[in-house]
Amino acid sequence: MERVPVLKIGDILLVSIQIDMEDQVALQLQEDLAERIVASGCHGVIIDISALDIVDSFVGRTLATIASISRVLDAETVVVGMRPAVAITLVELGLSLPGIRTALNVELGMELLARERAEDDEDRDDDADEPAVTTP
Amino acid sequence: MALSSDEGGRFADLLMEHEDSIVSSWTAEVAALLRGRLSHAELQRQTAELQKGFQTALAGGAQELTDDSAAELRAQLAELSSTRARQGFTATETAVSVFALKEAVLKVLDAGDGTDADTLRAYVGLSAFVDRAGLFTFDSYARAREELIADQAEQLLELSTPVVKLWEGVVAVPLVGTLDSARAQVVMERLLQTLVDTGSPYAIIDITGVPAVDTQVAQHILKTVVAARLMGADCIISGIRPQIAQTIVALGIEFGDIATKASLADALRHVLRKTGDKVTQKPSRREG
Amino acid sequence: MTAGGAAERIAVTSDQDVVRVRQLVRTVAVAVKLSLVDQTKLVTAASELARNTLVYGGGGTVEVTRVENGRRAGIQIVFADQGPGIPDLDLALTDGYTTGGGLGLGLSGARRLVDEFAIDTAVGKGTTISVTKWCR
Repeated sequence: MERVPVLKIGDILLVSIQIDMEDQVALQLQEDLAERIVASGCHGVIIDISALDIVDSFVGRTLATIASISRVLDAETVVVGMRPAVAITLVELGLSLPGIRTALNVELGMELLARERAEDDEDRDDDADEPAVTTP
Repeated sequence: MALSSDEGGRFADLLMEHEDSIVSSWTAEVAALLRGRLSHAELQRQTAELQKGFQTALAGGAQELTDDSAAELRAQLAELSSTRARQGFTATETAVSVFALKEAVLKVLDAGDGTDADTLRAYVGLSAFVDRAGLFTFDSYARAREELIADQAEQLLELSTPVVKLWEGVVAVPLVGTLDSARAQVVMERLLQTLVDTGSPYAIIDITGVPAVDTQVAQHILKTVVAARLMGADCIISGIRPQIAQTIVALGIEFGDIATKASLADALRHVLRKTGDKVTQKPSRREG
Repeated sequence: MTAGGAAERIAVTSDQDVVRVRQLVRTVAVAVKLSLVDQTKLVTAASELARNTLVYGGGGTVEVTRVENGRRAGIQIVFADQGPGIPDLDLALTDGYTTGGGLGLGLSGARRLVDEFAIDTAVGKGTTISVTKWCR
């Protein structure tokens, strides 16, 4: 069985799906990613699907599950590079992929993750500045 | 009445023997009708080719235009029809270019001395063959025109749905005219492709120039927005006219959380605010 | 409607076969000159239905045929299994209804992606679904 490689670039795990995945391969990717997030301590995952000429409900569901799992593991997932024909088909199919963040390409995906991270850090700084007891 | 292969062969010989006189009288016949809209040399060349085509087909034993041996001739006729159709000649003018062969052959027969019953019967056969060739031209002509119209409709569609880059990372589609389902679909695909090609995370669909929308068109616009969102881009709809707003509400179409702005300028300002780009406005040039 | 070419048949008994169905449908869709969006819709529908044949029907066959209707060319795909059949068709065709733990978009979604959709099912006998997509 083929496996989809997971690359670590800085603080980000990059997955570029280049093959027409069997369902088993998609499930394997889901497992691999969960393990890599924990092992690497990365806070962002980018899944590039620009090479996929279709996304059916199974792959869609797998992407949604990956996003949920990584969120539990404190990592944000961005799906990038969805082709227009794929997006149009997903809309017709009735799959809106709630809970999945998307970006047009890897670069914009990385920007999105960086922005999110910065906002997160700001929140944390704010928390530190504020007194522990809030006045009503 | 079909042409026998004997008769066909006879005419093939006749066409070869009197090639020059047939071509010249055929050309003259057609030229009189087209009244100089095609140069004489050009016409002569076309006619000579057609004459060769008929000659080859008849010599090859073609009794019907649908025979294999007439395949070359059919291709020639189709080519002639589509050229004429594109040059703006009428169907009659095109078909007569073929029918004129009969006159030309008749002239040769008149001049000769073999005008007996056999020749007459053979001539009727040839005449039927030429008629069929003429009708074939007519059909090809009609088909060529249909293709021409379809092509133009497509070009019109392309012309009427431009996707323009408005700002770094912002593209816009100013829609003008009636939106039917087919055009809405073209717009949708074009817009999404442009988002990918330019890497623009924002799109503005401006419908100031759209007089009315029906449920189907509104659905298309909505689907475009959702598809864009799936790809990681945001769509803003601007220029909704009061009547359209009323239609949208009356039809019960849910625009949900899609951003709508009064004008293209408002939409652009909205996007720039989101991206954090500064817009400086000269105080003297406030728009009304 | 007339058959315009020999039918190609794939036995669906595993994940890999679903991938093979997708690839065959894609090849034929390109040959028939479906638009890119229509290709994507048809391949996606085929993927959903082939997976149904495998998961719910316990395996079966998929037959892809080029068809013609006057001047229009198209593709017909027939999914057949000898599985348990569908007891309540209306329910199965409802968005979001699922017995297999999926998103419940397979059947209803696939129907929206094709031009013609016919289903023939009998409890205990199996299910046959026939879909057709025409060139515009």
